Amino acid sequence: MPSLKDLKNRISSVKSTQKITKAKQMVAAAKLRRAEERATQSRPYTERMEAVLANLSASAKDNPGAPKLLTGTGKDETHLLIVATADKGLCGGFNSSIVRKAREHIVRLQGEGKTVKIITVGRKGDDMLKRLYGDLVVWKTNFVEVKQVGFGEAHEIAEKVLAMFEDGEFDVATLFFGKFKNVVTQVPTAQQIIPAEAPEGVEPPDLKGAIYDYEPDETEILRALLPRYVAVQIFRALLENVASEQAASMTAMDNATRNAGEMIGDLTLEYNRARQAQITKELIEIISGAEAL
Amino acid sequence: MADKLHFNLVSPERELMSADVDQVDIPASEGWLGVLPKHSPLMTTLAPGMVLVTNGGEQTRIFVRGGFAEITPAGLTVLAEEAMKAEDIDAETIAAKVKDAEEDLADAKTDEKKLAAQQALDKLKELQAAL
Repeated sequence: MPSLKDLKNRISSVKSTQKITKAKQMVAAAKLRRAEERATQSRPYTERMEAVLANLSASAKDNPGAPKLLTGTGKDETHLLIVATADKGLCGGFNSSIVRKAREHIVRLQGEGKTVKIITVGRKGDDMLKRLYGDLVVWKTNFVEVKQVGFGEAHEIAEKVLAMFEDGEFDVATLFFGKFKNVVTQVPTAQQIIPAEAPEGVEPPDLKGAIYDYEPDETEILRALLPRYVAVQIFRALLENVASEQAASMTAMDNATRNAGEMIGDLTLEYNRARQAQITKELIEIISGAEAL
Repeated sequence: MADKLHFNLVSPERELMSADVDQVDIPASEGWLGVLPKHSPLMTTLAPGMVLVTNGGEQTRIFVRGGFAEITPAGLTVLAEEAMKAEDIDAETIAAKVKDAEEDLADAKTDEKKLAAQQALDKLKELQAAL
């Protein structure tokens, strides 16, 4: 039976934990709003780009001179996995669910006898993956120093990936990130970025019978467009990841705050009982002392 | 009233402009391109430079670097990797930055650093030239 002082200490410690989780929840909520806003602002660019790509790739796919980024290397031997996670914890199962998804993918690929290479983006994913697949990680980066993830960071990752592709270091690249569905659901998602898959459900614009002019020419434009498309995909994944992380963190902290509240209730009850018991005990002692006289 | 051209300028981080205008001049990689309403469909890559938007006698200048322009019957869309409104750019700040970059280049020891400094300088010079 813990003493009254012990109970009091525990209550005050749980109370201060609750203050922290509550504060973290509110911070996450504010950050989530901003992250969502940024994700929305980047959407027009991505959508336009998808429309342009859908338009171009339909005609270029059969062209023998089509860029490899679109058609692939013709092989399916080496897979590159770009696993994007958060840099910080305290966001429930967000990081581990992305890593789990990536791990399932790795196990399946290795089962098929394929070579796997990994790029980790974000510290948490790296921590988890390097324990299991340390020798497969070829490059890693994180944004601990970066205040707000911008297109520049996405561009840097894209350049690295494209350079590896140019050197023939892999055939297929897949991006793993937490897709932001809404505040309560974030879906760990795998998306193939090289060879580029023409986005589905995007209608080419209605030209009313006219034909596109291309300057310089179609292949040149595709050649310039595809690397950017890769960067844009990565950028979008990063933005979604930020929003998802904050949402997951908000939910996790909300739960923690509620649990702390419950715990405080239980402990207070126990404290009051113990106090009452002590008072009763003291009374009995006094009464029996008086009776003995 | 004459026809208007629907003009969209988007960068990865945000949509900079979406408006109906009279004319837009864009720095296409093959040379300057003036786009008026009812232009035939066209797709082109962009060179770094100023996009000039004319509407009712008013002109807006926007600096863009890297990207595409797509003209459809629905209008003109410029997808720029980087975009800044000219009024937000201060010539003196740029001049100071160019000087910094030149010093960085002179100080750079490894090839890698030299390349990075040179690239930064080139970007700033492009911007300066466009102003």
